[in-house]
Amino acid sequence: MSYPIVVLAGGLSHEREVSLSSGRRVSAALRALGRQVVEADIHAGLIGQLADLGQPVVLPLLHGGTGEDGAVREALGLIGLPYVGATGPASRLTYDKAIATPVVARAGLAVPERVVLPHDMFRELGAAAIVNLIVTKLGLPVFVKPATSGSALGAGKVDTVAELPAAMVRAYNYGRVAVVEKFIEGVEVAVPVIDTGSGPRAWPAVEIRPDSGVYDYEARYTMGATKFICPADLSLATAERVAAAALAAYQALALRDIGRIDLIVDKSGVPVFLEGNVAPGMTETSTVPLSIEAAGDDFGAVLAQLVDLAAARGPA
Amino acid sequence: MNLPEQRRETRLDRYFDAYAARTKGLKASAVRSLFAVASRPEVVSLAGGMPNIADLPLGNLADSLADLIRTGGPQVLQYSSAQGEEALREQICEVMSLEGIAAQADDVVISCGSQQALDLVTRTFIEPGDVIVAEGPSYVGAIGVFQSYQAQVVHVAMDEAGLIPEALRQAVLACRAAGRTVKFCYTIPNFNNPTGLRQTVERRKEILAVAETLDLLLIEDNPYGLLALDDGPLPALRSFEAERVIYLGSFSKTFAPGFRIGWAVAPAAVKEKLILAQESATLCPPVFSQFAISRYLATWDWRAQIDRFRVMYRDRRAAMLEGLDAHMPAGASWTRPGGGFFVWLTLPEGLDSQSLLAQAVTNRVAYVPGTGFYADGLGSRNMRLSYCFPPPDQIYEGTRRLGEVLAEAIDVAQTFGLTTPLPLASSNPEPEN
Repeated sequence: MSYPIVVLAGGLSHEREVSLSSGRRVSAALRALGRQVVEADIHAGLIGQLADLGQPVVLPLLHGGTGEDGAVREALGLIGLPYVGATGPASRLTYDKAIATPVVARAGLAVPERVVLPHDMFRELGAAAIVNLIVTKLGLPVFVKPATSGSALGAGKVDTVAELPAAMVRAYNYGRVAVVEKFIEGVEVAVPVIDTGSGPRAWPAVEIRPDSGVYDYEARYTMGATKFICPADLSLATAERVAAAALAAYQALALRDIGRIDLIVDKSGVPVFLEGNVAPGMTETSTVPLSIEAAGDDFGAVLAQLVDLAAARGPA
Repeated sequence: MNLPEQRRETRLDRYFDAYAARTKGLKASAVRSLFAVASRPEVVSLAGGMPNIADLPLGNLADSLADLIRTGGPQVLQYSSAQGEEALREQICEVMSLEGIAAQADDVVISCGSQQALDLVTRTFIEPGDVIVAEGPSYVGAIGVFQSYQAQVVHVAMDEAGLIPEALRQAVLACRAAGRTVKFCYTIPNFNNPTGLRQTVERRKEILAVAETLDLLLIEDNPYGLLALDDGPLPALRSFEAERVIYLGSFSKTFAPGFRIGWAVAPAAVKEKLILAQESATLCPPVFSQFAISRYLATWDWRAQIDRFRVMYRDRRAAMLEGLDAHMPAGASWTRPGGGFFVWLTLPEGLDSQSLLAQAVTNRVAYVPGTGFYADGLGSRNMRLSYCFPPPDQIYEGTRRLGEVLAEAIDVAQTFGLTTPLPLASSNPEPEN
């Protein structure tokens, strides 16, 4: 355990601030255990900085593009450094909601009825006609989100046809492909899936109840704006279904070490997959630390275990 | 599955129910979070209003401050009076005389930046629910202070000569007719933040006449008055009518913001209230900073230094306006400020500056969305562009990147019928507010 741990946070994505906040919390938790931690950002001198550290283990906490699309993990593999979390290809798959959801559906999980459309398609076929087709197919309300973004940036619920064009434009500000999903009423839960050496298992589901009714950026990062219940207020049978669904999604997406699966439990008690996260937030308002603590585990100790497993695994 | 026995319900904030009502509106903001990216060197930030102080005589300043501590440490590092050091207050009167203000040192209350002076004035006058009338758009930091004291901000329209007096009159009368108490009018007469517009002398007199008729107090916030880039300073509102105006001044733009020294000049009774408020807020404004600025003013040709700043900002403004002329799409319009730090851009119909910021940051340019400069949700088609901090070539490059973002946004908006088709050639529109 003499190797340094590089907590990689920041980056140039829209979620830089969230990432830095995650990095600070994780670093403090590891230092509290006496571990040597170096906090690093993405910059032109990073490879040299890592080389100067000898054989560090990297804990990537970069959110958004580059951080979660697999690019940084590919680069770490190229440098030959061990790191915590999913491989580059698995990250790329998970980060792109347009691809990840069908993969999870093929594994037998329920997913929202949805359409995935690049901006160009609206231009070439006529926006009004496509908007009408979407509403005919999915009904209302729907949920619109960018295919590749996080922290609910560019995402929003749409209740009327008239609101849909503006919602599409907001989503396209964050990427060229948008996902429109049938809005599902139910209990929103986040489930960490963590493998501390004996195989992946689901940690307690965190139920999310934002005061505003929508778990948007404000609700995620304003302390007090959302009520969290952990474990989620579900029957034992439903809780077990949720845990099984999260584990199945984690495996379908070929995640490794740690991931967070977001689900909504519909009114019939079926967990419906919303998205997976390869670098889940670790901020003061994030659900993964909350779940770990609710399970009676020490947040820093769990992370340290993941780091040690990555070190033992070596570059990959 | 590991299911603990205890179910925990939490807001992650044990004091959630204890907060005052005025803090309930304080929320995390996706826009604010994007500024974390804007601070990266890869991004041309046209967002911040930071003065470029690299041209200050930093070596001389360092020597001077070292000597200040060496020779006067026991005094300059000690507590002092709430009103501030008399020597500096006398020098402030000399600074204000450039804008026609005849004041005595005893009229001045020094504050921790003019921002704190604004806070002291607001806490002195405002009860929850009181109305403050202010230019629309207006300084985001002022709106924040007003809202923190639970004031209702009512905006008054501007034109190219600044706040429209008749609009001011109508707004105040409408509020009073509705049974509301209007406590004061907040205005930035010189190179308003965010529009860059300056009130003409004639307009100032008209505003004062309306204020007189309505028996309305004016708060004159003047951080940019000495940074006229094409001509000299105009007489301050306070120079015409001392008893109706509380004047707020600052060294942040003409010297350095890090010292956090500003001031208020107020009618005598108000001044006494401000001193008492300052005592309870800070005991005294930063003493070392006061001595540092006093020495700077006494030993350095600060007027020549301001002239150097004006030349530097003139070049940056030129880069901004040339860049906008070259790269903005048809349907966009912007102000052409005669001083200060900012240009106010109006986007073509159908574009939303707040939601475009993410795309802009991806394209390595940042700005401030217009909605922050209104208390009532307006400004979605506006953005504030600052030319004060990046060098001219970066400013020009920033406008090029912004042009790319807007071109793509127009394409998307047109696809969804949110804006009318526009010709591809760029234009040079008239200022618009």
